Amino acid sequence: MKKKELGIVISHEQLTEDIFSLRLEAGNIAEEAVPGQFVMVYSRDSGKQLGRPISLCGIDKEKNQIRLVYRVTGPGTGTEEFSTLSEGERIFVLGPLGNGFPLEKARGKRLFAVGGGIGIPPLLETSKQFGEPVTAVLGYRGGALFLKEEFEPYGEVLIATEDGSAGIRGNVLDAIRNHAERPEMIFACGPMPMLRALASYAEEEKIPCYISLEERMACGIGACLGCVCETRETDPHTHVHNRRICKEGPVFLSTEVVL
Amino acid sequence: MSKTSVQIAGVELKNPVMTASGTFGSGQEFSEYVNLNRLGAVVTKGVANVPWPGNPVPRVTETASGMLNAIGLQNPGIDVFCSRDIPFLRQYDTRIIVNVCGRSEQDYCEVVSRLAEEPVDLLEINVSCPNVKEGGIAFGQDPAALEHITKEIKKHARQPIILKLSPNVTDITVMAKAAEAGGADAISLINTLTGMKIDIYRRKFALANKTGGLSGPAIKPVALRMVWQAAHAVSLPVIGMGGIASAEDAVEFLMAGATAVSVGTANFHDPSATEKIVSGIEDFLDRQNIVDIHEIIGIL
Repeated sequence: MKKKELGIVISHEQLTEDIFSLRLEAGNIAEEAVPGQFVMVYSRDSGKQLGRPISLCGIDKEKNQIRLVYRVTGPGTGTEEFSTLSEGERIFVLGPLGNGFPLEKARGKRLFAVGGGIGIPPLLETSKQFGEPVTAVLGYRGGALFLKEEFEPYGEVLIATEDGSAGIRGNVLDAIRNHAERPEMIFACGPMPMLRALASYAEEEKIPCYISLEERMACGIGACLGCVCETRETDPHTHVHNRRICKEGPVFLSTEVVL
Repeated sequence: MSKTSVQIAGVELKNPVMTASGTFGSGQEFSEYVNLNRLGAVVTKGVANVPWPGNPVPRVTETASGMLNAIGLQNPGIDVFCSRDIPFLRQYDTRIIVNVCGRSEQDYCEVVSRLAEEPVDLLEINVSCPNVKEGGIAFGQDPAALEHITKEIKKHARQPIILKLSPNVTDITVMAKAAEAGGADAISLINTLTGMKIDIYRRKFALANKTGGLSGPAIKPVALRMVWQAAHAVSLPVIGMGGIASAEDAVEFLMAGATAVSVGTANFHDPSATEKIVSGIEDFLDRQNIVDIHEIIGIL
């Protein structure tokens, strides 16, 4: 039987004012996980009943470790509590959950891994495991360019910042359009306006584009039907037009969902 | 080992632990985390005569010691349910309780009739969902309407029926008595309490539906009080639920008069919760030298 696992904190560092990088020893999760999947992380405060869905930024099968890079969403939140975890402490984690990015479909293609803000982390392990050169397109508001250097071993890195403090001033789509080479496949994760813009660009250009979605969820395993997204075709569960982000997703082909 | 079996309307359950409708699907997703053979019964998510798409998102949000949901009874309809979900559950040695929802009296009767020949043990009639505009709670807040629909469903039902009651009423005993007068074989309570949450930074409701049903440990004292009141008001078996997260919580409901209990939101906190609660009740009975679980049911 699968179950919640007690992850042991191996290291924890602060990357920016509100973004943290947590490495956990969680053997069963590391063993099974693929890039683009996520885990539910549970607060130690029983007043907070629901897990926090957090994407996998790193998977180390040899060391039985996973890495979570997450944003503290505000005072008194579960993520704020997570940010106080120190080495050796334990926390309950459930996973790996969801489907992940379809690396096989990108083989031999010019893959662009496009991340915006806290959508960047899952693309790091995706780029690493792809094993072929990847063009990473990373969008930030400005300030600290977290994880940027870690993408550099896997290919070219394009940066877009809203304030123009690094890379081009603008968004990830501006960076893609500015670039000499056109993507043949896109994997993306980020805020909904970014995903909408990318999806419409990809549809115009006829480029397959896989996007990772997020939504408020309760169970994380496909039972509560809290985290659905509208799809063009009928879904396998309810036979309406609602796929479960936690189960059939979080990664969808951009043309199969209504954003 | 202590005797844990209980009976609901002539149906024997190996133990009093079941799942709360809507928190467990039809068991398939949870079967990776829970040995379904260990459960007294699986209560399915509500099923209607046709597929329902449910409400817009966000559909769920966390609140202090609980959560609000407004899923809107998304379900695949009775045809898919009968061809997929019932055969799945039949593989396990557990009782099958199908939760039935509808927008009109005819909807309920259609589903109940369709289930007459199916191998299910009990039907739970959801007249208490706070998140759909028609049907649901409209029947559950008016004692005359509740009695009437119970009588009508009873005419079509082959299996015993459990009426699931809403806590969003002034006096739960009036509703329990109405269900009994209508011919219900058992009652279950409580469904969720209607609530609200506002995101002050976005200046919006946290749920697209504006209001949602509050569940989780936050509602347990209210649920326990209502179960105790209902159990004393009617002679029907009572299935107690509302914030049960541990074996100790479950035992409280049994002592308050519940013959069986349902575990809901706790499944989201820990997908193995139901099975842990079964084991926890067994341990409690052993430690307390209780030979038969009936020694504690309704002792208060």
